[in-house]
Amino acid sequence: MKLIIAYLQPHKLDDVKKALAQADVGKMSVTNSLGCGAQQGYHESYRGVEFDVNLLKKVRLEIAVNEEYVDKTVEAIISVARTGEIGDGKIFILNLEECIRIRTGEKGKEAIG
Amino acid sequence: MNRDIRSKRFSGGIVLLLLFMLIGSHVMAEEVAVDPVTAAVDAAKEEMQNNLNIVWTCVAAFLVFFMQAGFAMVEAGFTRAKNAVNILMKNLMDFSIGTVAFFVIGFSLMFGANKGIIGWDGFGLVGANGDPEGWSWTFLIFQTVFAGTAATIVSGAMAGRTKFKAYICYSVFICAFIYPIFGSWAWGGLYNGGGWLENMTAPFCDFAGSTVVHSIGGWLALAGAIVLGPRLGKYGPDGKAKAIPGHNITLAALGVFILWFGWFGFNPGSTTTGNGEIGRIAVTTNLSAAAGAIVAMIVSWVVGKKPDASMSLNGALAGLVAITAPCYTVTAAGAIVIGAIAGALVYFSVIFIDNVLKVDDPVGAVSVHGVCGAFGTLSCGLFNAEKVLGIGDANGGLFYGGGFAQLGTQLAGIGAAFVWAFGLGMLMFTIIKVTVGLRADKDEEIKGLDIGEHGMEAYAGFQIFSSM
Repeated sequence: MKLIIAYLQPHKLDDVKKALAQADVGKMSVTNSLGCGAQQGYHESYRGVEFDVNLLKKVRLEIAVNEEYVDKTVEAIISVARTGEIGDGKIFILNLEECIRIRTGEKGKEAIG
Repeated sequence: MNRDIRSKRFSGGIVLLLLFMLIGSHVMAEEVAVDPVTAAVDAAKEEMQNNLNIVWTCVAAFLVFFMQAGFAMVEAGFTRAKNAVNILMKNLMDFSIGTVAFFVIGFSLMFGANKGIIGWDGFGLVGANGDPEGWSWTFLIFQTVFAGTAATIVSGAMAGRTKFKAYICYSVFICAFIYPIFGSWAWGGLYNGGGWLENMTAPFCDFAGSTVVHSIGGWLALAGAIVLGPRLGKYGPDGKAKAIPGHNITLAALGVFILWFGWFGFNPGSTTTGNGEIGRIAVTTNLSAAAGAIVAMIVSWVVGKKPDASMSLNGALAGLVAITAPCYTVTAAGAIVIGAIAGALVYFSVIFIDNVLKVDDPVGAVSVHGVCGAFGTLSCGLFNAEKVLGIGDANGGLFYGGGFAQLGTQLAGIGAAFVWAFGLGMLMFTIIKVTVGLRADKDEEIKGLDIGEHGMEAYAGFQIFSSM
């Protein structure tokens, strides 16, 4: 079991959801996040004072999958989230020790579903 | 009433007929001059005009009251979400406490019969009854909302770091003493009083209160912000000003539109007369606001590279504050020039106060009300064109050949307002600082005054996404 964490441009979320659905990956959780990386933020000015905004708005996508779904999921995300510009985001893949479905008490492969 | 006039007309006709038969036609001319019909019509006209004046003044007072909502929205929008409840409470309480203080003490100091340098009688309008033709209650409500406007200016400059208790003390002082005493010098003669500024050879010109209301509020705001010190994180270790963006520019814009709307009561209402001058003053007021917004936008675009919304909104207010003194006595073209100058002035004043004086004024209250109020008052001495407008025998403004007399008086008034409000403000806020304490705890300021002072959030159920 793996936990896939992807940081995406917020405006790519809809496309990524569609691509994942096509790849038969239908379970995910999404949160707003702030972050900085190669994009280095942008300039804002307020009442004549300039300031840098270097934490940019991103969305964080978490998907727990069984081994055979890892590549499909990653490919689906990359297929639509990649523009070639700085700021497209990153994907992290972590080993997942256990997964338990609260409703039934199922564990492991069955729980991820 | 109609029946009354008709019967008078009938008896008048009989009198005329008898006179014509008895004495002869040449006496008739004299008799017509005191014609009871004309007298009755005149009396009816006079009563009608009096009622119209009262209705217009009340409507204007209600419009000015609505400016409280404008101030609340502007100040809440230009500050952070974690202090929104606090700023709304300050706006509510400075008007409520101010109303009572002005009713009990302030009004009499401002408009009571003059004793030395202040008025002193008619406390709480004791003795004024329910006379339908009377003027006193109308005048009181009109003046109360003006006092409330002066009081509410200060809250924005002291936003995000002031103890609520300290702010309540301030609210009592301004409406009971500071505002009314200066007001009595310039406006006391509108009622029973009379002060030195309005009795100068070239009487002080401040039609609706650029100085009396706005500068007084603005200079008190400056004193408050100085004694209080800047918000945490406003100035970096190198002393450079940092931006602390307001949390809701939508609300701030709504607030500015409400203020603009309220100003149609503030300026045209100060005629307290229902006639065509209402329209003329509405035009000068509107033109100045528009010019202020346009020029502030252009300046922020040229100097700051982007048309800054908060500066443009401040520009509209700057134009409104500046035209408040000269709205009655300048031409429409003059109003555009005054508004335009105020629009540029407010931009550079905000930058100057932020970066050079290093006084933290989150909403620009000192620049909008203090600086542009002083400029607007000065502009009477430059742009007054009473003769051109047909409302006076001579033009008072320097640019219209009026010489320096009016300008001198205006400078005296501006100086007196600064010394009075800023000096007394420094004293008052220092006394509050050493007695009840002026500044909120550091922890409370970081967490937000909403939680610390009022135990509630403005946006419960919303995730506030901010690291400031």
